[in-house]
Amino acid sequence: MTSVTDVSPARPAFRLTRAFWGIERLVVPALLIAGWEAFARSGMLPPALLPAPSAVLHALGDWVFGFDETTQSYSGHWLRDALASALRVFGGFALASLFGILAGVAIGWSRLFEKTLEPTLQMLRPIPPVSWIPLAIIWFGIADKPAIFLVFLGAFFPVLMNSIHGVKTVDHNLVRAGAMMGANSRQMLTDIVLPAALPSIFAGLRIAVGSAWMLTVTAEMVAVKSGLGYVLWDSYYFLRYDIVLAAMISIGLLGYLSDLGLKAIMARTLRWQQTTTVQGRAG
Amino acid sequence: MAAIELRNIVKVFSDKRRGRDLLTLDNINLDIEANDFVCLLGPSGCGKSTLLNIIAGFEQATSGRTLVDGKQVERPGSDRGVVFQQPTLMPWLTAIDNIAFHLKLKGVAKAERYDRAMEFIDLVGLRGFEHHHPSEMSGGMNQRVGIARALLMNPSVILMDEPFAALDAQTKLEMQEELVAIWQKRRCTIVFVTHSVDEALVLGNKIVVMTRRPGRIREAVNFDLPRPRDITSPEFNDAKRHILALIREESTRLAQAS
Repeated sequence: MTSVTDVSPARPAFRLTRAFWGIERLVVPALLIAGWEAFARSGMLPPALLPAPSAVLHALGDWVFGFDETTQSYSGHWLRDALASALRVFGGFALASLFGILAGVAIGWSRLFEKTLEPTLQMLRPIPPVSWIPLAIIWFGIADKPAIFLVFLGAFFPVLMNSIHGVKTVDHNLVRAGAMMGANSRQMLTDIVLPAALPSIFAGLRIAVGSAWMLTVTAEMVAVKSGLGYVLWDSYYFLRYDIVLAAMISIGLLGYLSDLGLKAIMARTLRWQQTTTVQGRAG
Repeated sequence: MAAIELRNIVKVFSDKRRGRDLLTLDNINLDIEANDFVCLLGPSGCGKSTLLNIIAGFEQATSGRTLVDGKQVERPGSDRGVVFQQPTLMPWLTAIDNIAFHLKLKGVAKAERYDRAMEFIDLVGLRGFEHHHPSEMSGGMNQRVGIARALLMNPSVILMDEPFAALDAQTKLEMQEELVAIWQKRRCTIVFVTHSVDEALVLGNKIVVMTRRPGRIREAVNFDLPRPRDITSPEFNDAKRHILALIREESTRLAQAS
């Protein structure tokens, strides 16, 4: 009788798929960049209007390492600019997370807060954060503060909405089970409702970190004289589209890395969820 | 003094959307003695779960008095352990943390919590799975955690709401045997809600047959067949015939009424 567990014939195919899954992330970007380079070199547009990827890479390299001063006054200053933006993102995001979770849990859990606090917050929510720029400038001047304020506004509402939703959708049988085991109202919140709402809160945090990068860059274009957004807008005035694109790439990369970091924290915190979800099975 | 005294319990649910009231429990009077294993038997919608929820303190009776150990029930509490229809474990906690959750709420240190929970891990036969999350265990194993969690509180009564309804037939039989063994070993009062005549007869030493809505007590049958019970014995079948007759009588009465 042959063993049903013998899987050796399938092995080579298995190895091929493994190899493919190692590089699959690179296929789409590589094709896009190759097409772009070919188009830029074809001469259909003047190189000043659409720099080739190689030119952008050159500008980015000089911006980061400062080898030939192609990027003039920015040469070698990438780290300083990126750090300036990242600190604003971090500051605004941290504040938004703190207040968003606090207010969201309060509104989700308590009728009193729902009735008193929520209508005001929901009225403020549709106002685009960028429309606060004039007020932010006259209140906070031209520095880090207006940018942090804008990031806070953009990141606060996704965290708030998802925290409210997370608390409101906690299985009421879990609350009953908690009451049966003698939880007081503080324990009910910290030991049952909060952990149960965490998946939803994390979803809000991930949306918020994206908004945070968007608003940092917007604020830097208008109200701040440093950071990646400022470099982007300044280079536009000097017609340096290679630097504009290098700035865009930097922002995309840093935004992606922040989300990756948040995802890693989420995976650690919500390990209990992994075997039951689509995400868990894929990872 | 009985462990649980139910006096003239009436429960009316107001159906606001349809603008009418629904009489769910109609004047329930019942005494449950300490160390009794009582099965509340009745068709779906007869209010047996509502009655259990009233004893648990999850719901308030519209009128009537509920006493557990002579004390009026006002809210849920750890003197009444509840085993839910679904395991209802905290999904972010491991088996042992779920079982010891009551101790955590009381501020007991981790080492002592685990020490005390291990006894119950062993009691329900889950050694080796104490650090598994609910999502990593089967429905039967999770329900064992739910039972252990209720037992650990050392409650004066344990309330069980069709806890084996979602399990497959074989697991259900095993769990019923284990529950009887635990009850014999620990001598506790159990109120067990079920819609299965066989389950009630395998488990209970008192079977309370309820009528269709509005829920009333049709008859409380004492059933002291020695254990382990042989479900093919004449005594078992006599009792079963008697209870089935009660239920059939009830449905004929309903059919004539309509």
